[in-house]
Amino acid sequence: MTSNRGDMQENGKLGNRAPDLAVNFAGIRSLNPFWLASAPPTNCGEQIMRAFDAGWGGAVWKTIGEPIVNVSSRYSSVDWNGQRMMGLNNIELISDRPLEVNLREIGDVKKRYPQHAVVASLMVESKREAWHTIVSQAEDAGADGLELNFGCPHGMSERGMGSAVGQVPEYTEMITAWVKEKARTPVIVKLTPNISDIRVIARAAKRGGADAVSAINTINSITGIDLDTLTPRPNVDGKSSHGGYCGPAVKPIALNMVQQVAADAETAGLPGGLPISGIGGIATWKDAAEFILLGCGTVQVCTAAMHYGYRIVEDMIDGLSNWMAEKGFSSVEEFRGLSVGRVTEWKHLNLSYKIVAHIDEAKCIGCELCYIACWDGAHQCIHVDRVSGPVDGHVELHATPASVEAASRATIALTPIPKLDGSANGNGTTPLARIPRVDETECVGCNLCSLVCPVEDCITMVEVASGRPAETWAERTSGECAPPAVLNQH
Amino acid sequence: MASLPEIPEIAARFGDLHPPLTAQAAIAESNRCLNCFDAPCMGACPTHIDVPRFIGKIARENLRGSALTILDANVLGASCSRACPVEVLCEGACVLHRYNKKPIEIARLQRFAMDAFHAAGGKLPLKSAEARRETVACIGAGPASLGCAAELRQRGFNVTVFERRALPGGLNTYGVAEYKLPARASLEEIELIRGLGVEFRYGVEIRTQAELEELEREFDRIFLGVGLGAARRLGIPGDEHRDVIDALEFIARYKTADPPVVAKSVAVIGAGNTAIDAANAARRLGAEQVAILYRRSERHMSAFAFEYEHAKQEGVQFQWRVIPIRIHADASGIRSLECAQAKVNEAGVLEGVPGTHFHFDCQQILYAIGQSPLLELLSSVRGIELSHGRVVVERATGLTSNPKYFAGGDCVNGGREVVDAVADGKRSGMAMAQAFEASTTEDAESAEKDIRA
Repeated sequence: MTSNRGDMQENGKLGNRAPDLAVNFAGIRSLNPFWLASAPPTNCGEQIMRAFDAGWGGAVWKTIGEPIVNVSSRYSSVDWNGQRMMGLNNIELISDRPLEVNLREIGDVKKRYPQHAVVASLMVESKREAWHTIVSQAEDAGADGLELNFGCPHGMSERGMGSAVGQVPEYTEMITAWVKEKARTPVIVKLTPNISDIRVIARAAKRGGADAVSAINTINSITGIDLDTLTPRPNVDGKSSHGGYCGPAVKPIALNMVQQVAADAETAGLPGGLPISGIGGIATWKDAAEFILLGCGTVQVCTAAMHYGYRIVEDMIDGLSNWMAEKGFSSVEEFRGLSVGRVTEWKHLNLSYKIVAHIDEAKCIGCELCYIACWDGAHQCIHVDRVSGPVDGHVELHATPASVEAASRATIALTPIPKLDGSANGNGTTPLARIPRVDETECVGCNLCSLVCPVEDCITMVEVASGRPAETWAERTSGECAPPAVLNQH
Repeated sequence: MASLPEIPEIAARFGDLHPPLTAQAAIAESNRCLNCFDAPCMGACPTHIDVPRFIGKIARENLRGSALTILDANVLGASCSRACPVEVLCEGACVLHRYNKKPIEIARLQRFAMDAFHAAGGKLPLKSAEARRETVACIGAGPASLGCAAELRQRGFNVTVFERRALPGGLNTYGVAEYKLPARASLEEIELIRGLGVEFRYGVEIRTQAELEELEREFDRIFLGVGLGAARRLGIPGDEHRDVIDALEFIARYKTADPPVVAKSVAVIGAGNTAIDAANAARRLGAEQVAILYRRSERHMSAFAFEYEHAKQEGVQFQWRVIPIRIHADASGIRSLECAQAKVNEAGVLEGVPGTHFHFDCQQILYAIGQSPLLELLSSVRGIELSHGRVVVERATGLTSNPKYFAGGDCVNGGREVVDAVADGKRSGMAMAQAFEASTTEDAESAEKDIRA
């Protein structure tokens, strides 16, 4: 990483010129980095053309191969706190449409949308001839590139395809090599996350000659069990099967795996390594920017489009453009990968860096969630003793959560009568007694309070001088073998 | 069991002011709750319902657990969810006010949980399996006595409630505006308390010292949940006319008897919450013009601000600084209420300004200028201290200056809300139970000593 983008606005004022979102991904040109992933939203030509009309830059066709038979009842989801589909699970197989129909429609779409990227996702049985045939068929139909589906975790894997290939480096390398023998267009290998180290498969794909990888495919999952029927979801006539998990819930896992591949010198190893198409819980321009910052050249979206329709791409384009303009990036390539190097091994983190929580009294609404989180989930250094109470120091000095609650329950409250008691709830400011106080001498800077605080920018983590020179664990333990107890000495 | 037939006309005219939430809306709303620690809403509730806990249980689809959380703190959780002035209680205390957001709809969520509990045929749980021999009499079957009786019965004690009227619930049944709490819903809730084994005796008025002494002989403790007495009368010429009506009686009549015939134009005297309930009811029952007349200004009225706003929406007019002087009637009925502009004189007393007299044309007058204490009964109780007509008690227990008697509700606080009364009753119930249980332990200990000796 050569440029520090901390002062990006100083670096590149763009004036009124809109940032250019067009990308060249391993030789596949696309109007923008937003592709629909191989999934139900790309099941047929009619859908993909509507998606392109909505603004999508590319689409990876729902995996084609020998037609299969699907079950009815295919999806299930995890809802969270009243929000639908934090995570989505499916047991749908690859395209169930006749191969020749898919091929004909690929041609139709390319004729009408020559500027858009149409990538054919392929999966056939693990035979060289079968792969050669499907590659030729897809390319003859007009596909701009090929994505090898080595990742599907359900159904197809039982038949020796999908993740049954993607979990074995030798198979991945072998089939990729077969494809490359025939392919004239770029070949993308789609990686399964259902493996302990995704880099192993990415390296195998590279050895097989892949032009790019995409990551991640869906994660093996059981989303939940119906507590009336005792059958896991989705219920197919009283039984279920493990499926592929996707949606917002998987994004952190996907980001980590993408970063692992992007930082791996043997594969992506920016710059000049294997391009990565990022997949996994991408629903907004912010999600997309994060994947691109970790090295992705394009991003692929499925769940969000299944939830809200193709229209979501409008703000993905708009939001990313506005952010790029604000930060002074004129192209996607300018910021791609900038955060890869900011992920490091723990041993290279600065042990002398110290932050403490700071509560903005003017913003605090008095929910005391930081207090209970700190007491039960962290280090007992936030207190509700602002009116009168002990000074900073050890926990034994302070009221415990149980004693605070007991005191409240023991109070006698009355319904206020306006004429007699005045206005009940004051002037809308938080009473001092409800504004928690951070004991900075005990705060370890864990961030938990700032994460639970419902009010934006109310609790911030402020850097304080630790009085120690910067030092990492690696530096501390290099040379002599220091005992771990050294960590506790301030 | 005590029950009422539904009166279609009343049901049609007094639809829910705050309609129930659908299941999905309840889950969405419950998920907005921040689950504050030591939550201010809980502190503001006189019964200290653990609001974040019951709301979280709705979000997690544990409706039975939610209702039991409410009932554990407040046995009248269903009626309080409808009748409480939550704007000045739990919802008023919600921290979201300070975050420019709508407070959590605590009352409607509470009603949602309680409706589900009733629909599922839920029963009040017992807190002790032990059957105790001690007996308690509760005088009056209003919220205070109900809170006391339920607490004691749940702990195994024997409770008998004496009520002068035909139905239990006091103002919960007879006095809360029907668009907030229908009388039938109040009775349905009380049925659960009866189901615990509390005995109710209706049509029994305890008034004299002899009657009290009989109770003292029969029961170990007596709880006074008697409420307040007769409405204060206007005290102006013509106020004995039959169309000059006590507002509380007017409300009780439309809630529990035949809908009263309402005049075309109605004057309501007073500006408290009862006056507003009566004025709104008169409008809903068909009065074309309803005006609230009050001696003082807007800022002196004892009605809650949200009640005032609601009354204006119902089409009730307000006339401030007006003193009623005389009621004019002829053979066909009341013709008008003669009034004068009010002014505070040098002695600090309100009086009519000469030359400002005017006639408010009306055929009915409802008065809601407060209730007198039940002095006849209260002064018959030997050894209890009264102050300004109110029973003096120890706040935390409701214990009066006569150790046989506890008291709570309006007869102690001078007239507040259902939730204040039920909280008083529960505190008294707990204090009596603790005293009974402690004396049992002492007995057992001394018996043990005797044996050893």
